[in-house]
Amino acid sequence: MKPTQSWGGMKGRESRQEPVYWKQDLHAALLRDTQFLCYGQGRSYGDSCLPSGGTALLMSPLNKLQNFDAQTGLIKAEAGLSFEALLDFIVPHGWFVPVTPGTKYVTLGGAIANDIHGKNHHKRGTIGCHVQELEVLRSNGETITCSPTREAEFFAATVGGLGLTGVITVCTLQLIPIASAFMDAETIKTTGLDDFFTLEDESARDWEYSMSWIDCMAHGKKRGRGIFFRGNHAKNGDPAAEFTEQAKWKVAVPFQAPSWILNRWSIRAFNELYYQQQQTRVKKGRMPLDPFFYPLDKILHWNRMYGQHGLLQYQFVLDSKRQQELTEIFDIIAQSGMGSFLAVLKKFGDIRSPGMLSFPRDGYTLTLDFQNQGPRSEALFKKLDAIVLRAGGRLYPAKDAMMSPELFQSGYPLWREFSRFVDPKFTSQFWQRVSRG
Amino acid sequence: MVESPNDPVVAIFGASSGMAFSVARIYAQKHARLFLIARDKQKLNDIERDLKARGASEVQSLVADLGSAFGARAATELLRQRTTHVDVVIIASGILGDTEQLLSDPKACEDLFNVNVQAPIAISNSILPLLLQQKSGVLAIFSSVAGDRGRASNFVYGASKAALTAYASGLRARLSESGVQVLTIKPGIVATAMTAHLPRGPLTANPEAVAKRIVQAIEKRKDTLYAPGFWRWVMAVITHLPEFIFKRLRF
Ligand SMILES: Cc1cc2nc3c(=O)[nH]c(=O)nc-3n(C[C@H](O)[C@H](O)[C@H](O)COP(=O)(O)OP(=O)(O)OC[C@H]3O[C@@H](n4cnc5c(N)ncnc54)[C@H](O)[C@@H]3O)c2cc1C
Repeated sequence: MKPTQSWGGMKGRESRQEPVYWKQDLHAALLRDTQFLCYGQGRSYGDSCLPSGGTALLMSPLNKLQNFDAQTGLIKAEAGLSFEALLDFIVPHGWFVPVTPGTKYVTLGGAIANDIHGKNHHKRGTIGCHVQELEVLRSNGETITCSPTREAEFFAATVGGLGLTGVITVCTLQLIPIASAFMDAETIKTTGLDDFFTLEDESARDWEYSMSWIDCMAHGKKRGRGIFFRGNHAKNGDPAAEFTEQAKWKVAVPFQAPSWILNRWSIRAFNELYYQQQQTRVKKGRMPLDPFFYPLDKILHWNRMYGQHGLLQYQFVLDSKRQQELTEIFDIIAQSGMGSFLAVLKKFGDIRSPGMLSFPRDGYTLTLDFQNQGPRSEALFKKLDAIVLRAGGRLYPAKDAMMSPELFQSGYPLWREFSRFVDPKFTSQFWQRVSRG
Repeated sequence: MVESPNDPVVAIFGASSGMAFSVARIYAQKHARLFLIARDKQKLNDIERDLKARGASEVQSLVADLGSAFGARAATELLRQRTTHVDVVIIASGILGDTEQLLSDPKACEDLFNVNVQAPIAISNSILPLLLQQKSGVLAIFSSVAGDRGRASNFVYGASKAALTAYASGLRARLSESGVQVLTIKPGIVATAMTAHLPRGPLTANPEAVAKRIVQAIEKRKDTLYAPGFWRWVMAVITHLPEFIFKRLRF
């Protein structure tokens, strides 16, 4: 018995940890105990991946492929397969995941349970949009095979369903073709939020990936300045050969954690530096996959650098008409002096998310991470919560550790309907917290 | 996938073991023709699908009980009916056992020696004529660092692996002029289902990394492989500690 831990450093209640190697072992396990939650690679920040006692089913050993069609890019695999292992296999064949988060250390099941989004939301929506079929094992021993057309409601509950509808055992995913393992990327230094708004709209058509890093310590005239990133998969190349080359570099050049992270001497200084390091307005370049998609993965346990209290993330989405509230939020953060190394701003497109509890929807999403400073952090989050609530926005459960039941329920109006599909033996600390009242 | 005569033919006894499966995945990507032998049909099916999806040019599953010399000989017979040529034979079946139980339960102890010693030796003995006739091939036998010196915590398991280590080294000497190579694989603690109940420490290796080294060792026709490599030095120290010190180290 030991507590599971989330990426933000939150500890769960004690639970039995049971690695799952074979699908058939799940049946026996589900009969034995009375309470469960699946655990992928624990890359969720708060308590949505923490079991509330009972058994944590560790899913990552369950990672076998079932089928792969190199012509159509349709792949069927067990849910514990990591994006890392998946990419190692598919990239040499000229395929890529349709949607990826900022780390490749997540499992397919975990990604689907949070209906994750990437820098290409405006082009491809969420991962759930590309899931063709799921097999879900319920605690009564029943396996439900669902898809957008078969058991469609159950599918809508399971995609983005925070692991509460049962164990996703097998997923079928449509991949996207790539002609190269390189990215054509551009970074643009922006002067403020208006600049960002314009660039997002302008890039939406011709660029697969876009987002912006914002210097959230800058205020006054500099408010909202940052670096805008956009990229496309390179048009010509040889994915297999290029990917092998990239793998060699990884071994040859071990990355040193930059001292700004280790020392924490000043977020302001870092943000200033990071902003100023780019001399010209526009920089263009060719980049391997990993530094483009997963810059933080180089530093394996960077989350630990936030000290023993861990880190808190805060990610919300606001309707695109709510630029005023967005500005307000930047002001509050700058004033709070609590700052954030990582403030990422992105405009979601209008592709509908398939899940009842999916987070993404049309509008602006901002992700911030803060060192956990207890009551000080709570006070800041309360202020931000009030604005998000007033603007009719919502927070991302995968990143959340403290939203109120009120905020959750107003942000996710389908939550009651969703709860009809919750497996009676499944729950999480998050769910116990937000489904009250 | 179209089979080509150059695709390596690999037979794996105990194919559902975590390490053997990782090795099989590497061979699948090299378009090998794979023969998988294990007891559990459902597990074999799952593995077979994975290996096919990864590019194996052929996968055949043979259900067999590798819990006795008799079962092992029958399994080898099954294999010989399916193929007349084999490039790599991997013997990976084995159980860890619980030392307390092994000491008090004679049946458990007998079973462990049946699975870990009798069966592998029977497989090896009965596949040998084919290898000798081919004058080629690698026989890779999973022993363990635990066989290098008996440790207070798992010496019954260690004893069974010591038997295999001795068997393999003798066989290697005997076959030295035959064109057939014998590889003794000595893994440390690897994160697989077999060790899932043990705490994962800094010495715990991941099966993918170990598998890569195993395939390399097979290709380079090595004699003995410690995996990960540091175990060679750890075990060199441990096997040379004087008994009066070693017996006080209850590790
Ligand atoms: C550096 C970093 C960058 C990130 N960037 C993004 C981003 O850009 N976009 C984004 O959307 N997210 C992002 N995330 C969050 C991350 O993608 C999600 O939290 C993801 O779901 C984590 O996957 P996991 O496998 O670790 O699952 P866990 O965190 O272990 O679990 C997540 C949820 O999935 C459930 N679950 C896991 N496996 C199964 C299964 N087999 N069946 C049923 N339920 C299951 C769990 O019960 C839990 O509710 C980021 C996280 C990090 C650390």
